[in-house]
Amino acid sequence: MNQKLYTFNGGVHPDVHKAESNATPIRTMPLSARYVVPMRQHIGEPARPVVAVGDRVLRGQMIGAAEGYVSTAVHAPTSGRVVAIEACAVPHPSGLFDLAVVIEADGEDQAIAYQPLDWRSLDPSALRNRMRDMGLAGLGGAVFPSYIKLNPGAQKIHTLILNGAECEPWITCDDRLMRERAPEMLRGIEIMRHALGCQTVLIGIEDNKPEALAAMRAAAPAEIEVVAVPTMYPGGGGKQLTYTLTGVETPTGGRSTDVGIQVFNVGTAYSLYRAVEIGEPLISRVVTLTGHVAQPGNFEVRIGTPLADLISAGGGMLPGASGEIIGGPMMGFDLMDLAAPVTKAVNCLIVKNPKFFPIKPIELPCIRCGACARACPADLQPFEMYWYSRAKDFGRAQGYNLFDCIECGCCSYVCPSHIPLVDYFRFAKSEIWEREREKRAADLARSRHEFKAFRLEREKQEKAEKFAKAAEKSKAAASSNADPTAPADPDAEKKKAILQAALERAQKAKESVAPKNTENLPPRVQKEIDEIEARRATVEATTETKE
Amino acid sequence: MIGSPYILGRNSTSAIMLKVMLALIPGIVAHAWLFGPGIWVSLFLCSAFAIVFEALLLLMRGLPLKPFLSDNSALLTAWLLALSLPTLAPWWLYAIGMLFAIVVAKQLYGGLGQNLFNPAMIGYAALIVSFPVNMTQWAAPVGLADHALTLLDAFDVVFAGQGSISADAYTSATVLDTWKTQARLGTPSESILSQPIFGWAGGQGHEIVALMYLAGGLLLLSLKLITWHIPLAFLAGLAATAGVLHLIDPTQHASPLLHLFSGGAMLGAFFIATDPVTAASTPRGKLIYAGMAGLLTAIIRAFGGYPDGVAFAVLLMNVCVPFIDTYTQPRVFGHHPGHSKGRKS
Ligand code: SF4
Ligand code: SF4
Repeated sequence: MNQKLYTFNGGVHPDVHKAESNATPIRTMPLSARYVVPMRQHIGEPARPVVAVGDRVLRGQMIGAAEGYVSTAVHAPTSGRVVAIEACAVPHPSGLFDLAVVIEADGEDQAIAYQPLDWRSLDPSALRNRMRDMGLAGLGGAVFPSYIKLNPGAQKIHTLILNGAECEPWITCDDRLMRERAPEMLRGIEIMRHALGCQTVLIGIEDNKPEALAAMRAAAPAEIEVVAVPTMYPGGGGKQLTYTLTGVETPTGGRSTDVGIQVFNVGTAYSLYRAVEIGEPLISRVVTLTGHVAQPGNFEVRIGTPLADLISAGGGMLPGASGEIIGGPMMGFDLMDLAAPVTKAVNCLIVKNPKFFPIKPIELPCIRCGACARACPADLQPFEMYWYSRAKDFGRAQGYNLFDCIECGCCSYVCPSHIPLVDYFRFAKSEIWEREREKRAADLARSRHEFKAFRLEREKQEKAEKFAKAAEKSKAAASSNADPTAPADPDAEKKKAILQAALERAQKAKESVAPKNTENLPPRVQKEIDEIEARRATVEATTETKE
Repeated sequence: MIGSPYILGRNSTSAIMLKVMLALIPGIVAHAWLFGPGIWVSLFLCSAFAIVFEALLLLMRGLPLKPFLSDNSALLTAWLLALSLPTLAPWWLYAIGMLFAIVVAKQLYGGLGQNLFNPAMIGYAALIVSFPVNMTQWAAPVGLADHALTLLDAFDVVFAGQGSISADAYTSATVLDTWKTQARLGTPSESILSQPIFGWAGGQGHEIVALMYLAGGLLLLSLKLITWHIPLAFLAGLAATAGVLHLIDPTQHASPLLHLFSGGAMLGAFFIATDPVTAASTPRGKLIYAGMAGLLTAIIRAFGGYPDGVAFAVLLMNVCVPFIDTYTQPRVFGHHPGHSKGRKS
């Protein structure tokens, strides 16, 4: 048990505020009257609703089917009737509404028949397909569909890392889950290991959770190592934990699987256990409710439970509350609407008060003190990126590796001039994406236009050739039957040829209306499109950094 | 667009400036003790002029006074300039110095964080170019002065000129100046060094002040307000260059020890070259920037016409900072040497 640990640069030590919520056992939320189950709770394509308004559904019944490769299913959290399928408030930084199935609970909480799997005898690929239908997604916040991550793919996975670091202040759901349900979690880990076929399994837990460490150590078999990692934000970032445990840096723009390592959140392992050994789809998760509420703590909450109900379950907000945060204080976002539901991505709800979350002081000029650079776990120069982002010189900002920024917030946290650096980076990134999108659209339009021009040019040439041929033919005919009685009228011949050409043109135009154009693009245009696609793929890959 | 993080560390720009000023206090107290109360007058005057100029320019630029005046940056500049200037100079010298520092070098460049040059050093350079004579009359160590000034005397001297007391009674040349003029005249180094203004390492009294600046600098290091790169590289660059010159010709070039403990070396290494706005910001860049500044300091002291080289060395290196920073970017996490260098714009 003498795992060598590696230390990444940067990081900060905010007050952890774990004690507020980790002292009491996980409580089960009472049933709500209404559940709002969004179809998009994971990264990728939203699920497609497979129920209709008026349908009666049972707990665990699939109500949204996975659509496309990067997607996963969605299930009814309880039994009841579908009363609406419409855009609803969802917990998302944008505050936009999204498609959800609204279920009115009948209070019976009747479930479908759960079918446990005998995973040891099951082929890993069959297991993965089942997980897609079970709605599994990463519960650490990134909600990437788990079945994809369980696919070792071309790259062999030699090490499986379980992320129990929980480095964000205030959040304690993984802590409580590890303390209370370690044996089940370890069975989930065994299943992951089976699916990935990997040798080494490392469980990283920050050393400020001695109880969780002890519980996991007691439950873990000898070949699985439970490692205490130093308490330091963002030590639980996927790339950071991977580095701490293995000394391997996840290559820029890539994923840890590129270097043979897969990382899962411990909560995901527990849900995987439930999905496989009990046969229960992902219909609930543990959520930390903390901050300015009467009885903070952790709750086992059905997916789709309105967040207002969660707050009531915790005794309600205390007077003087000043808003709510979804997620932790370092990377979370403001909740816009208390009617929004708990989703697979929601690990924590913090009710703010002015004492712990004071109004931010006024922003002063950057003094280039470099504190942000020293705190940056990605070894970036935030003040340079800030400078160029602010000047809207996004190209230069990108030159300073803007897209390696994991938006951990360390730089903003330490900045003595209180500059909201991450806000600038989020803004710059979204602007760049927007431009990429526009460019892609423009490129597409241009390539269409170029092809059209190319086609017109080709037709013109063909017509010219035909015209020349026709003219020759008629000339030859005219000279062969040189009948003196028939007036040799070269003008009439010419007119005929022109008529002929016009007819052919019309015919040709009719043929070319059907656009069989997209296949045989000129190579240059095709190359351009490919390049754009490649760029987009890397940009998208780097956005998925958490877990 | 105000999102996470929702919590902030306890850092603030005004607190940083204040702490740097606190770290100067041991040196200031030593100075007052060893050279008389003149330092209080120059500190007071520079601070007052700094605040007046800063407020005036903020008003002209239409910026709010409170957040910008309370960032303490103008005060710190004032202190750094005051400590670089001779005490007991006429009051207008401090006024002109601060005018250049605050108005020209800082506010006209766009205010805090935008200036290319170290404001205090611009003030110093402007003065030494324009008023070289005033800049060489340093207060003599208390024990060596014929006349010990009181605080009132000091005010009198600064505002009313010499009056009844002759300047020779309370000023003396600095050791760097003395060494340079006399070594060029061919005076053997032993007899230069045996003059009373020389102490065991640098100038009599000045070496103690330098030690106090060193102590203050170590405090800054322990508070993590500066990193080790700049002071170490600066002192090493200065000592190494001075050492090489000394080895080549000990009759013309003073020992590295004298260089380290005289003039603005310690103040420069820990408090001036470390000004974050105008210094290089990457670790390797800091080493290059400060190492070169130390080297230039020694060169200017040895071959230049000015009594000290710190200011010009720092200003020269300030110009190079954007270039140095660009070419010393640290490796970003996940970017392996040899791998594709990630996305370039
Ligand atoms: S921490 Fe703030 S003030 Fe310091 S360099 Fe970074 S952005 Fe500038
Ligand atoms: S938010 Fe980005 S730039 Fe700031 S510390 Fe984190 S990774 Fe570095």
